[in-house]
Amino acid sequence: MKAGKESKAARAPSGGAPGKRLAGEDAAAMRRLLRDMLLIRRFEERAGEQYALGKIGGFCHLYIGQEAVAVGAMAGLNADDYVLCSYRDHGQALARGIPPRAVMAELFGKATGTSHGKGGSMHVFDVDKAFLGGHAIVGGHIPLATGVGFAIRYQGGSQVSVCFFGEAAVNNGAFHESLNMAALWKVPVIYLCENNRYGMGTALERAAAVYDVAARSCSYDMPSETVDGMDVIAVREAVRRAAERARDDGTPTLLEVRTYRFMGHSMSDPIHGHYRTKEEVDQQKLRDPVVTFHKELEQAGMLDAEAWTALEAGVNDAVDDAVRFADQSADPDPAELLTDVYRETPA
Amino acid sequence: MSVLTYRDALNQALREEMQRDGRVFLMGEEVGVYQGAYKVSRGLLEEFGPTRVVDTPITELGFAGIGAGAAMAGLVPVIEFMTWNFALLAVDQIVNSAAKMLYMSGGQIPMPIVFRGPGGAALQLAAQHSQSFEAFFANIPGLKVVMPATPADAKGLLKSAIRDGNPVVFIEGEMLYNTKGEVPEGEHLVPIGKADVKREGADVTIVSHAKTVSVALKAADELAKENVHAEVLDLRTIRPLDVAAVTASVHKTHRCVVVEESWPFAGVGAQVAYEVQREAFDDLDAPVIRVSGADVPMPYNKQLERLAKPDVPKVIAAVKSVLYQA
Repeated sequence: MKAGKESKAARAPSGGAPGKRLAGEDAAAMRRLLRDMLLIRRFEERAGEQYALGKIGGFCHLYIGQEAVAVGAMAGLNADDYVLCSYRDHGQALARGIPPRAVMAELFGKATGTSHGKGGSMHVFDVDKAFLGGHAIVGGHIPLATGVGFAIRYQGGSQVSVCFFGEAAVNNGAFHESLNMAALWKVPVIYLCENNRYGMGTALERAAAVYDVAARSCSYDMPSETVDGMDVIAVREAVRRAAERARDDGTPTLLEVRTYRFMGHSMSDPIHGHYRTKEEVDQQKLRDPVVTFHKELEQAGMLDAEAWTALEAGVNDAVDDAVRFADQSADPDPAELLTDVYRETPA
Repeated sequence: MSVLTYRDALNQALREEMQRDGRVFLMGEEVGVYQGAYKVSRGLLEEFGPTRVVDTPITELGFAGIGAGAAMAGLVPVIEFMTWNFALLAVDQIVNSAAKMLYMSGGQIPMPIVFRGPGGAALQLAAQHSQSFEAFFANIPGLKVVMPATPADAKGLLKSAIRDGNPVVFIEGEMLYNTKGEVPEGEHLVPIGKADVKREGADVTIVSHAKTVSVALKAADELAKENVHAEVLDLRTIRPLDVAAVTASVHKTHRCVVVEESWPFAGVGAQVAYEVQREAFDDLDAPVIRVSGADVPMPYNKQLERLAKPDVPKVIAAVKSVLYQA
């Protein structure tokens, strides 16, 4: 890895001086952001453990390291805004407020899961939370999110459609076709690229002639921002600005949110190896979004030791409860094999 | 009843469904200002405006996915492919998104969408523009595959497809757009999944669909001169396949020929033949014979192209084979 390219990905703008910038923020809301990030961290740690135990099958892509992106983004949205994700979808699901029990049960493939065990780790859906899935073909959900935005505009709604995808998706046709049409038709979509720098084991610099993702927006005359994805407040603010533009006149936005995945691509993959070094991962962990925000809240006087202990205990209890619930839940009835292929109800 | 072309019958179906349901919209290449590459959407832009008749860039993957996404958020899209050959670019959205959304969401996300456009060979359009994909799409659980052969069925099936609530692959006959027939006015619905006896006969069942229905009917005319009375069954829907109608006919005739324009390997005829031997084994007096397109990419040369397509002599030969007259 050339030093220049590495520093490029790490040079994301900061959200301001730690501590001081939180003046005016509601302390309880700030603790809630920390709590949501910690919930994802602990949930994913347990998911990894349960995968190793054979309780979770198939592919399992953990969100550890990227927590500030989902939590910050959801904090910048309304409850009725639509969310679509890639297969790395547990973090967004939890940040959206889908109960950890239902998400863990889906990972376990149980009838009590969000998709009743038919979707699994990569296909979490909760229509009541306007959470329209986990989709597992890279880039394939970018047109879908654009279509959701098209429907919002068609129906005269005030929501926005938010599409989370990795930086590897920006090189495929689905991305290009979607952003072109969204800009052409003013479709209220936030294209939120989680640039964690690697599409599986291929660094962005090895896959893209132009690896400044935000710069691609000029092809579509679309507003864009580069955002520090390790900073939950910076993400929230960027998403708020993008949502405001979308609600205002349908203008879509491309957000390049620079983050880092602390784990392997999926549970089957090494954390480091041929494609990145242990030193690089260790260096990135210095930017751990949960640790950083925890410190910032302490410095801002918004979180004392007692509050932290209670917050951590609450998260641990929720995750323990989710694992217990998933483990004790029943498998889907065998008759469920044949349901939900076609719908009997007319359009 | 009025006499309409297949094209105008489809146009009537679209217009009536868009008048009936504000959630229905049409999207695709050249559907609006140009009035449709095959003029199926003629006049719709003027009546419904650009919000509901949406011209797209040449982006099959993109607009098929936009349609599927719009269906996820409550609309009822009709996505037009200029031809099904171009829809190959959109297979990810048709197969991975539309066909699977209801299932992988555990029943939460319905996918009411119609993907439509012409399929099959026209005249000398060569390999990339002369393909029949019904077997290909019918292989996918979650999709329905509909192929009307007449103007009346075109109208009635398209209206049913738009109301169906599931993703429907609706393959029109590129060579059928100009054909004429009586079409009922107004509310005319043909149920999806029901085959139709287009000609009754007692000696042999010719199972056909789309353009091959007219080939089968012409063959039946010729055979009647030799006192062979063929029953011509039009499948109309490939998936779900109306197995009961096929076996009922074979129960009567004891012999079966399946005609299709698509390639032979794992084709519609292969499935029909399987169902017949499974459900009507004791009724059969001869093996089921298939007439299909040749197992080659479509050639440009007129003579070679003719050889590659099912035609009346091939169907007659197949019928004589199952009658042991060959």
